[in-house]
Amino acid sequence: MENKSALLVGVGGQGAILTAKVLVTGLMRAGYDVKMSEVHGMSQRGGSVSTQVHWGKKVYSPVIGFGAADIIVAFEKMEAVRYANYLKPDGVAIINDYEMASSTIAAGMEKYPEGCLEAMQAHFKVFPLNAEKIASELGNVKCANIVLFGSMVKALNMTDIDWDAVISDVVPAKFRELNLRAYHAGFDAV
Amino acid sequence: MDPVLLSGNEAIARGAFEAGVKVCSAYPGTPSTEIFENLPQYKDALYCEWAPNEKVAVEVAYGASIAGVRSLSAMKHVGVNVAADPLFTAAYNGVCGGFVIVSADDPSMHSSQNEQDNRHYARAAKIAMVEPSDSQECLDFLKEAYAISEQFDMPVMFRITTRVAHSKSLVTFGERTEREVPAYKRNMKYVSSPANAYKNHAKVEANLKALEAYANTSPLNKEEINGSEIGVITASIAYEYAKDAFPEGTSFLKLGLTNPLPMDLIKAFAKKVKKLYIVEELDPFMEEQIKAAGVECVGKELIGNLYELNPQLLRERIFGEKPETVDVGVKPVSRPPALCPGCPHRGFFYTVGRHKNYVVAGDIGCYTLGFAPPLSALDSCVCMGGGFTVAMGMAKAFEASGQTDKKVFGVVGDSTFFHSGMTGAAEIIYNKGKVIPVVLDNSITGMTGHQDNPGSGFTLEGEIAEKLKIEDILASYGYKKIIIVDPQDLKAMEAAVTEAAESEVPAAIITRRPCLLIKRIKHDIGKCEVDTNKCIGCRKCLSVGCPSVMVENKKAKIDVTTCVGCTVCAQVCPMGAITRKEK
Repeated sequence: MENKSALLVGVGGQGAILTAKVLVTGLMRAGYDVKMSEVHGMSQRGGSVSTQVHWGKKVYSPVIGFGAADIIVAFEKMEAVRYANYLKPDGVAIINDYEMASSTIAAGMEKYPEGCLEAMQAHFKVFPLNAEKIASELGNVKCANIVLFGSMVKALNMTDIDWDAVISDVVPAKFRELNLRAYHAGFDAV
Repeated sequence: MDPVLLSGNEAIARGAFEAGVKVCSAYPGTPSTEIFENLPQYKDALYCEWAPNEKVAVEVAYGASIAGVRSLSAMKHVGVNVAADPLFTAAYNGVCGGFVIVSADDPSMHSSQNEQDNRHYARAAKIAMVEPSDSQECLDFLKEAYAISEQFDMPVMFRITTRVAHSKSLVTFGERTEREVPAYKRNMKYVSSPANAYKNHAKVEANLKALEAYANTSPLNKEEINGSEIGVITASIAYEYAKDAFPEGTSFLKLGLTNPLPMDLIKAFAKKVKKLYIVEELDPFMEEQIKAAGVECVGKELIGNLYELNPQLLRERIFGEKPETVDVGVKPVSRPPALCPGCPHRGFFYTVGRHKNYVVAGDIGCYTLGFAPPLSALDSCVCMGGGFTVAMGMAKAFEASGQTDKKVFGVVGDSTFFHSGMTGAAEIIYNKGKVIPVVLDNSITGMTGHQDNPGSGFTLEGEIAEKLKIEDILASYGYKKIIIVDPQDLKAMEAAVTEAAESEVPAAIITRRPCLLIKRIKHDIGKCEVDTNKCIGCRKCLSVGCPSVMVENKKAKIDVTTCVGCTVCAQVCPMGAITRKEK
């Protein structure tokens, strides 16, 4: 297998870090070399955030540049557009059909761009879903991140890893059942 | 034991434990902070603390070295500027216990005010520098750094960058080795009198020469010969990028000990390849020295000296291979960081921002965001502690040039006050500055992720400590009017700045309200709601710059999930359309 790169993008506080933790735990158990990179500090204050995960037989760089990601998981759809130039032309995108206004949009100084999802669909293989809606129906909007993770597993066909076991070990015990259901709902949604 | 996935910072903490380190002192700063946040788990084996600033931290760690134990200090790149004074002289005096200073540089300035390349410090201070490139090396190389420090009688700079500090990779642990501590004996080598310093300089140069000879054989510097066409000399994270970017058959000389450079090894490697590249982030630190030694090579003319690199950038700049990308044709709107909903700093910046004759010198912390529109309330931000003293210079300039309408405020946070604001507060009062020092006291070191400081009441190891009172310190300096105000009460905040600005006696302001993200405090959380019948769509509420407040269909709207009910927007609403409800 060639090395793979995933980019998890969203807005600070959406749970991308926990999602990445589930992903890398599973990859490690499957025996892959894994590297993961995130940025702390200023970017946490409502900014755009990205977490990168790379895996394969032997992985060197923890970060990638333009045109190098196999998959983007966008927790917010404008973020998918922001990072689209990191995706390989034949890469896939899991896009949460969910809008979060930036402070300038909320203040009426700028407009949320139209057609984010459609623009991505015109160029890439896209798996769209409304993770917030699915998570709410499961009883807790906070598990939207694991819903997206389920879709990612399906899109990358990574079913040889026992993700139920991984999720059970990584998430806090009291949210275990919820997140397992979220994972399967996300898997079935795309 | 199975390998675990650790960040470079976590691995450095583990490395300090395994190396038998006994005393650790640091001041938080991105991207170095998590090193010390991960030390208390080893507190049975070592002492660790947050010092008030980096200079203090290096002095404490160096004192421990003089007394015979292995010690560690860590800071972000600009922290080394603060600590440079003890660092340069410690380099002359030498060590007893191994002494390592971690410098965490921030290429691309993810969370920093400049992009300085601290490798120059190691060369200027004439000390050894070790650069790991992944988490396993963070652990392994740190142990080696202690051995180098003791063998060559010098502090060691352990230089990492954001991507080494914050990237995670697999690490296998070792065991802690206790190092025997020699019985303390007074030694004049630690007294840097001019006569001693005169002798010490010659000793330092001799030690560096011996170290360079060692560097040529050190296990930290490694050749990977895969072919004779292309050779790459590289270090730190750039090694990982180059491994991905260069074609198969490329030979590498990966350097882990980068000051002094192992020039014999470099020259021998250069002879083994037809074309030699030097791949490093930021300045041509290695390249200039290698070229000066007469070795032909290519580097910065292709790679450039700005910002972070990555494999695709290297491929493009060195081989002209432009990555294939897709332009989807939709332009995203930027998401600038903003003060959190309910941030206590908001009320202060809203208030001073409304006075057009107020000049406000800012400082480093969450409250740097007071510059951002719509608050737009800062005139400068330079460095830790600069809030008070830059304000002092501006006030003296206004006096000297007759611009008497200006009222000058100098702003620092509570942690910054203890870091280097106290000396500025002394400067202002003693030299009769027409400056109002303001301490934005949110009871924590905020931006770096909530570290304790002398005002917060806890130590790094989790023990309760007697809080230093900012008002008592200012009073002891001679500030006659010290106004303590809740910045969330806009009327009181306005009264405070007006009273201070008009005061005949030296005045200072402390805005006091804890950061809402402090977990050990029970916060009074509510939510604000808009009565759309009362709202006239005047957008006044937007002027407080809160991420929870927005306009929808020409009426104010407040996001229920993020609003905490601080009421600052409600206080500026002219129609009384916003009210607070319990959450």
